[in-house]
Amino acid sequence: MKVKVLSGDHAVAHAVKLCKVDVIPTYPITPQTLIIEKISDFIFDGEFDATFMHADSEHSAMSMAVGASATGVRTFTATASQGLALMHEMLYVAPQTRLPIVMANVNRSLGAGSGIWAEYNDSMPERESGWMQVYVEDCQEAMDAIIQAYRVAEDHRVMLPMMVCLDAFVLSHTVEKVLVPEQSEVDAFLPRFRPMNYLDTSNPKFINIAVSPAHSMEMRYQMDHLMRGVAPFIDEVDEEFSKMFGRRYGGVIEEYRMEDADYALMTLGTATSTARVAVDELRAEGRKVGLIKLRFMRPFPHERLRRALEHVKAFGVFDRSISMNGFGPVFTEARNSLYGTGVPVTDHIAGIGGRDLTVQMFKEMFQRIEDSVKGGGRDCYWHGLRGEQI
Amino acid sequence: MSKQLTIRTMPQEDMLTSGHGACGGCGLSTAVNNVLRVLGPDTIVYAPASCFLVFSAQYPISALKVPFIYSAFENTGAVISGISAGLRRQGKASYVVGFAGDGGTFDIGLQALSGAAERNDDVLYVCVDNEAYMNTGTQRSGSTPFGAWTTTTPVGKVIQGKRQHKKDLMSVIAAQEVPYAATLSIAHPGDFLRKVEKAKGKRGFRFLHIMTPCTSGWKTEPSATYELARLAVETGMWTLYEIEDGAKRITYRPKEMVPVENYLKMQGRFKHMSKEDIETLQKWICKKWKMHYEPDMVSPVPRSEEEELSMVEEDNEGI
Repeated sequence: MKVKVLSGDHAVAHAVKLCKVDVIPTYPITPQTLIIEKISDFIFDGEFDATFMHADSEHSAMSMAVGASATGVRTFTATASQGLALMHEMLYVAPQTRLPIVMANVNRSLGAGSGIWAEYNDSMPERESGWMQVYVEDCQEAMDAIIQAYRVAEDHRVMLPMMVCLDAFVLSHTVEKVLVPEQSEVDAFLPRFRPMNYLDTSNPKFINIAVSPAHSMEMRYQMDHLMRGVAPFIDEVDEEFSKMFGRRYGGVIEEYRMEDADYALMTLGTATSTARVAVDELRAEGRKVGLIKLRFMRPFPHERLRRALEHVKAFGVFDRSISMNGFGPVFTEARNSLYGTGVPVTDHIAGIGGRDLTVQMFKEMFQRIEDSVKGGGRDCYWHGLRGEQI
Repeated sequence: MSKQLTIRTMPQEDMLTSGHGACGGCGLSTAVNNVLRVLGPDTIVYAPASCFLVFSAQYPISALKVPFIYSAFENTGAVISGISAGLRRQGKASYVVGFAGDGGTFDIGLQALSGAAERNDDVLYVCVDNEAYMNTGTQRSGSTPFGAWTTTTPVGKVIQGKRQHKKDLMSVIAAQEVPYAATLSIAHPGDFLRKVEKAKGKRGFRFLHIMTPCTSGWKTEPSATYELARLAVETGMWTLYEIEDGAKRITYRPKEMVPVENYLKMQGRFKHMSKEDIETLQKWICKKWKMHYEPDMVSPVPRSEEEELSMVEEDNEGI
């Protein structure tokens, strides 16, 4: 194991190299560019034996990834924001063709009123596509999540693509101490990719052809059934990862100071680190608060979440994106998980467009959560708005 | 490759089997079948959304004997590049071919096509050109010729048919300096087979542009398909040539130009055309004819409209 100082993007690039990825179609977009630049450095310097492809757009990059993966090779690409949106059509092809492509998405705001800073409004709409989605908290987790992603995605019980999501700039361009595993350790953890169905002239098969209503509904049902059952594999891989590398992330969710918590908040991405400080400070004041780190948006950890929240009096969800109808997408999912339990759930939207998240802001969220047991409040709050909240 | 292929000596094994769902007289199915016969069983096929996809591959049956994949409309150039990269990575030498229609090539797929050409990826891109979006019911494409009826260039009270000429796609491809690009006609099988074989023997990006008459979209009799393909060449609506490492070579030159009217009158899509519109199309063909068959006569400086017209008249006198 080596200790290096790496940005989140460079940690991803190192992980891709360690995973011995075969084909890497690429297209540049801020703030993902550092990933493909670093990978191109590795390949052009002869340090990494992989096929680097210069795509003409993100749509083409994902199309190339689909083509390459369909021949049975390990495939990686990276994108962000507008690029992910341009890929939208092809995103649906990868899972329904059962291609275990891994892609890094550096979360960034999308569309008009656009910026290049952290927000999840790019990847959240893609939760319907059939991709698994993991949101990472720091540079170490960015690296480890890529290694875990291939292990989960290529498992014959899964065979689905995975999106590793990291916050723009807060993570992509910020350097941290990262423990880089030895190649032999990664090799021992991640076996060679054994494809199931692939394009091979010695055994001709049809991959993704036109399907009539007589069969397509069953195919969708099977996909849904598959995604519902993936969470235990993720937990299992995280457990094995911890044995090999000494680090664990809790699988689909991680619980922090939840043992006797009365009030809990769920966060994802880099916000989790800030929220941890808020929890520690509130605990020091004697407040019984806890934190749940949501790692996977797909598969969404409905069961684990219900279990983790069995004893809480109130629960809040942090959202760094908005569904333009009053709620954020994470809240909508989480409230589904808790339906019927009677636990009050509030939505806490903050950090939109890269707006700074402060410890104070998370303390305010906990205050709202505590207040929610009394009833009468709203179920959605925006934190950190300039001027008075409406 | 010892002897040049002819229809007698060509491989007879079909990779596109009978029983597929193409219309009777479909030029596209003939083109695909003959390309695949020459490429043989060690071939992987990609098709975008198209007639070809629909008539050859509907779950759970298929008419293709070789591996096949589909994903979307605009990405033939990109997907075949990815397939090729994956195969080469594993040391496999299978041919990778994408069959895309004119809409998927001239219009929505132009960017991915251009990307693959610029990277010189080791693929064969075949454009099966029936001059409209036939799979969606005959809408105008960048390939539709001037004057043609389509469902989006209808014969209206004010405007009749398409008002623009067909995009010169081969010039776009040629400008990218690819190892091999050629135009083919199903009515010239010897020329057809020789070009497919040549493309098969090369590495890097290869492009075949095949005219494929369409009975439903052109409103023609199924039995007329070959005659139409032949007349397209004789009238100058289609030119047979190849560009190999930058050198252009005409592979068939009609003895004399047949008036385009002979070609138009066989097709329902042109039956409304006015005398003026036919003249406009004829002039365009004459210009194209000169460009292809008499390149030395092409002036390096732009001519005035007057000069241009007088040259066209001279051409017409020779018919």
